[in-house]
Amino acid sequence: MPFGRFWSSTIGKKVVMAVTGIVLVGYILAHVTANLLIFAGAAAIDAYAAKLRTLPLLLWGVRVVLLLSVVLHVVAAAQLAVRARAARPTSYRRFEPQASNATSRTMRWGGVALLLFLIYHILHFTTGQAHPAFVHLAPYHNVTTAFRVWWVAAIYIAAMVALAMHLYHGTWSMFQTLGIAHARVNVARRRLATIIAVLVPLGFVSVPIAVLVGLLR
Amino acid sequence: MTTLHLKLLVWRQAGPHAAGRFVRYDAPDLSPDMSFLEMLDVVNERLIAQGEEPIAFDHDCREGICGSCGLVINGVAHGPMRGTATCQLHLRSFRSGQEVVIEPWRAKAFPVVRDLIVDRGALDRIIAAGGYISARTGGVPDANAVLVPKDDADAAMDAAACIGCGACVAACPNASASLFAAAKIAHLGLMPQGQPERPERVLRMVTQMDMEGFGNCTNIGECQEACPKLISIDVIARMNRDFLRASMFGGEGRVTGGGEA
Ligand code: HEM
Ligand code: FES
Repeated sequence: MPFGRFWSSTIGKKVVMAVTGIVLVGYILAHVTANLLIFAGAAAIDAYAAKLRTLPLLLWGVRVVLLLSVVLHVVAAAQLAVRARAARPTSYRRFEPQASNATSRTMRWGGVALLLFLIYHILHFTTGQAHPAFVHLAPYHNVTTAFRVWWVAAIYIAAMVALAMHLYHGTWSMFQTLGIAHARVNVARRRLATIIAVLVPLGFVSVPIAVLVGLLR
Repeated sequence: MTTLHLKLLVWRQAGPHAAGRFVRYDAPDLSPDMSFLEMLDVVNERLIAQGEEPIAFDHDCREGICGSCGLVINGVAHGPMRGTATCQLHLRSFRSGQEVVIEPWRAKAFPVVRDLIVDRGALDRIIAAGGYISARTGGVPDANAVLVPKDDADAAMDAAACIGCGACVAACPNASASLFAAAKIAHLGLMPQGQPERPERVLRMVTQMDMEGFGNCTNIGECQEACPKLISIDVIARMNRDFLRASMFGGEGRVTGGGEA
């Protein structure tokens, strides 16, 4: 089947979302691990940033794949959301959810929040326009000066709550979308989604919290 | 005998293009042993006696097997009793004095015909697109001529329990028909007789489902809770798997769908 026809089907779009979701989850696992280097001190994380700059092929390869993934993920999400809205033109006077939860019901608006955060985050720590004291290739300085401002830390912590919710349903959901569901594996994928949804955001928020309480300065 | 008094709030709509509205009906002196549909029968008899139009609702077997009935009752498709079609719901599941909101299935693909009756022809067209096997006619084969592993037979039977009522669509926040289509695809795809058309079947049924204007699945699970037969969303994963495999390797690409949406 040509990709155009695959993409035009609802399942095809969901498969694209799941595959790009895997890419994003994979990246985010690497990202959170690298971030924890900050607890090893300024030298360690600054050296890591400098090292990445000596590997332009890797750096730009990852950036291109990520950008492509985010674009496909968001475009598919938006198109499916428009479609789903049109599929129920009259809403119920009373509707009582029986199985869904706060995380599965907020994937769309939570996704929009994550997208806005992503743009801010790149302008903040990658390109520096949103950072008043930005120094290129000095992540330790950039991070610690940023999070001393309480509301900047608050934005990051709120975004990680949104990320936790997105990952809790998303990581579980992507297996379903790719056809992996069976009584034998369902418990395992629920567990995996819970672990990722808890550990990844915890790892990320540990940095602003450490700055706020004065552990990192 | 204790009797029940319900305060109904019912969707009334004179025809497909008429504007609908909610109308209040007082329903006193009901027996807790009545089924929900018997309660509506009683209300209708009183309406007829008063010279009013009775409330139109779908029903046939009244024993949970035909798939005709289906109402959203207090915000839950088929009402508060899990794994139960509307016709098998009894008034003992309600408290006297309770308000009961009764609405039709809501989906673009299920236009209202009248009051609580919707046109579920979209589900028939999904079946027509590929929910069948092409069997040769002739002598009946011996019972055990084709061997089927027990696990497959059980799983196929679970999927075949689908009565096509459309509660999955009604309960889905995206008005997706995935559970319905997936149940049919699983039921046929688990059987040896269903193999020859398996790739074509999933491509055609999914295409038809999309053409009918149903939403996509977000794996939220409302459908399996609403399903009177409690069919698991695992069948949706199976449909996704069949779709992926057929898209990559199978099917001649005759993805035409079964008819006009
Ligand atoms: C941090 C970046 C992100 C990660 C790691 C991520 C991860 C995931 C994963 C793994 C899924 C499951 C796919 C599936 O159900 O098959 C998913 C679904 C989804 N994502 Fe994201 N996503 C991210 C960003 C976004 C953004 C920016 C948006 C929207 C603007 C978004 C909107 C959605 C929506 C609407 C779903 C569909 C949920 C469903 O159908 O069940 N995501 N995401
Ligand atoms: S009337 Fe036949 S299933 Fe309810």
